[in-house]
Amino acid sequence: MEQTNCFHCGDSCENESITFDEKSFCCNGCKTVYEIFHENDLTCYYDLQQAPGATPKEIEGKYNFLEQEAIIDKLLEFNDGQTQIVTLKIPHIHCSSCIWILENLNKLNPNITASQVNFGQKTVRATYKTTAFSLKELVLLLSSIGYEPYISLEDYNTGKNKVNRSLIYKLGVAGFAFGNVMFLSFPEYFEVNEFWLDQYKGLFRWLMFAYSLPVVFYAGRDYFISAFKGLRSKILNIDVPIALGILVLFVRSTIEIIFDLGAGFFDSLTGLVFFLLLGRFFQQKTYAYLSFERDYKSYFPIAVTKLDQGEESPIQVYDIQQGDRLLIRNEELIPVDAILINGNANVDYSFVTGESESVHKVSGDKLFAGGKQTSGVIEVEALKSVEQSYLTQLWSNDVFNKNKEDAFTTLTNTISKRFTIAVLSIAFLATSYWMFVDMSKAMNVFTAVLIIACPCAIALAAPFTLGNLLRIFGKLKFYLKNASVIEQLAQINTIIFDKTGTITANKKSTASYEGIQLSREEEALLKSSLRGSNHPLSRSLYQLLAEHQIVPLTNFEEHLGKGIVAADGSNTIKIGSPAFVGQVSALPELSTSVHISSNDQYKGKYTFYNSYRPGLSKLFNQLKRTFDLVILSGDNEGEAENLKKLLPTKTKLIFNQKPQDKLEYIKYHQSEGAKVLMVGDGLNDAGALAQSEVGIAISEDINVFSPACDAILDAGKFNQLNDYIMASKSAIKIIKWSFIFSFIYNVIGLYFAVTGQLKPVIAAILMPLSSISIVIFTTVATNYLGRKLK
Amino acid sequence: MSVIYILLTISVIVAIIFFIAFITAVRSGQYDDSYTPSVRMLFEDELVKTKSKNKSSNHNPTTN
Repeated sequence: MEQTNCFHCGDSCENESITFDEKSFCCNGCKTVYEIFHENDLTCYYDLQQAPGATPKEIEGKYNFLEQEAIIDKLLEFNDGQTQIVTLKIPHIHCSSCIWILENLNKLNPNITASQVNFGQKTVRATYKTTAFSLKELVLLLSSIGYEPYISLEDYNTGKNKVNRSLIYKLGVAGFAFGNVMFLSFPEYFEVNEFWLDQYKGLFRWLMFAYSLPVVFYAGRDYFISAFKGLRSKILNIDVPIALGILVLFVRSTIEIIFDLGAGFFDSLTGLVFFLLLGRFFQQKTYAYLSFERDYKSYFPIAVTKLDQGEESPIQVYDIQQGDRLLIRNEELIPVDAILINGNANVDYSFVTGESESVHKVSGDKLFAGGKQTSGVIEVEALKSVEQSYLTQLWSNDVFNKNKEDAFTTLTNTISKRFTIAVLSIAFLATSYWMFVDMSKAMNVFTAVLIIACPCAIALAAPFTLGNLLRIFGKLKFYLKNASVIEQLAQINTIIFDKTGTITANKKSTASYEGIQLSREEEALLKSSLRGSNHPLSRSLYQLLAEHQIVPLTNFEEHLGKGIVAADGSNTIKIGSPAFVGQVSALPELSTSVHISSNDQYKGKYTFYNSYRPGLSKLFNQLKRTFDLVILSGDNEGEAENLKKLLPTKTKLIFNQKPQDKLEYIKYHQSEGAKVLMVGDGLNDAGALAQSEVGIAISEDINVFSPACDAILDAGKFNQLNDYIMASKSAIKIIKWSFIFSFIYNVIGLYFAVTGQLKPVIAAILMPLSSISIVIFTTVATNYLGRKLK
Repeated sequence: MSVIYILLTISVIVAIIFFIAFITAVRSGQYDDSYTPSVRMLFEDELVKTKSKNKSSNHNPTTN
């Protein structure tokens, strides 16, 4: 059969193919979306990008909570009773077709007056009239065309978010003043003693003074604040000499122009602040669509359905109390620890553990918060409130309130301590020397030393090196929260891996068969019966089995959580748990397996093994040279033997670890001097990721949320981890080299300063020269580093 | 040479006009999203009814 791809979503039309308007679709959902677009003359959607769409999901009743005023209010950005504005996050936004269709929503419903996409943040901001339309209808409309918004508990808490643009304002102010001051101070560089220049010198100088005021008191404010905070906690951070430099520059220049002693250093002053802010701006690379601060709130729904004497009503998740009856629909998350009352629960805990296989539960079983129901509707009774549930309790741990960045002393700040002391002693020595030689020059020399030694180049080395490497890593699908993560990564000596979902691939698994060989007919029947089942194990076994002629089934029954019975007329096959196929004596197993019996005779079982990420062995062998390696798994020891074969012998394997245990394990090793890199993926690793020096979340699809961490690594790049760590170490070397260069500049400058010859023009040349050459050096060096990474 | 006062005034005024333009641009959110507008400007008359049936290739392959 010829392979056809769906015109809407691009998936292969495997089982069924629907032809409509000369185009094939993989399912009715895709066809419906096409119909909607076709009717509204929006088929251009498919011209901009091939097969850009997503299959709309079943969402019946899921958004009923959007009828509640209190919840709507929390989500809206603007509301005057007639018009409402809302910003919705839509994970599917990925191409220009998406932008186009979402900005033409008014063609689908005239009540939507405007809609604007922010591609970087994957959001759409819609304005609509509330007279004949509502938020719920908007969400349903978006869902019906395959752009289902993601509304989580997080949106409920934060409400309106503010954009912080102060850095860009400050940069603008400093740049504006810098340009104008340069232009005004130009005549004085040549010391032309022309009549008219002398005449207007005063005016020019006072204009420069006026321009420098906003630079010192607005643009440079952060440096003073940071220096003050540092001094108060008795730390000489890099901002101390910078703030001192700015202050001395400003005071001395002002005194010079008041008493008509010279032109002052306003050009150097504004230039310094401008370059420093530029460095900050460059370092501030943010991935708007990624979030590194997620906790359980981003995974949890805002509201669920409460059953009250047979009546359904939406209830806000925080209002759930012990004893409440809740209705959990297919694909909905269980928000609290609960007991299953009614229905067939197939709970997928992949959010929590990274384990993709769903677990079957029967009435009376305990369900933990964070699981996702995957088959039909269930009724549960809440055991605890949201905050007290097993999973969410983890977030009451102190590690989630600590800011890792504050606790870490950067390389720049380490150096700045010695630097500041050295500069101050030089300044005092030189001043005391001049006090004896030429009293009039003493103050001049003191300020000149502080001006020229202002560590602009040192302060720029780290931001430009790390900022650039951050961008290079980003292109290679290794997304860091901020630049200081690189510095921390360079100091790591222990690496701890989670197992499921981190070193194993989520989807692909392998299976081996043990038992009596199946005949060709039996295998064909097996494959045909698996085809009809939607259980994840059936799906993966179906993929693994060799091609067979599909035989028509005369009987097919799926017993949820137990197995399948199928017949093709001559043979009857049972597939499922040992008890289901009649193998009662089987021992409790550690590994996942599917048992087969044919015509009530037990045949054998397929055992599933985790399939490890490609390049795992090689990566571990690279890493073992430099680091201590540990595997910390929440699972049982079923895989231990397999892992021992794969990994270097000195790798420690520890199983049956609860989320809290992982955190404690890391804490203990940190107290013994280990610098820990934790590599994990699920919410159960959240504590460990927060406790470790650097926490990296592995993600199969970066659009899917990962827990709070310092970095997100695309699963496909997992085998490159060693290269990334090595690159971080090289980056630190680059920074150290830059420090040496800037010391050389400082020595040259200090020569002019201590001999009392520092003229504004020398400062005006030396300062930008040192800064720019450092910027060029670090950029070239990191780009060279990036070229080696691939 | 008192013309220099006029020239200086003009230069300061021009500079301040640009500065204000910059501030308003930032305030209106121009710097918040630097990608979407670059795609948006390429859309114009796609909504014409005579959308042809020729399934030509992508006119506008995009980056991710």
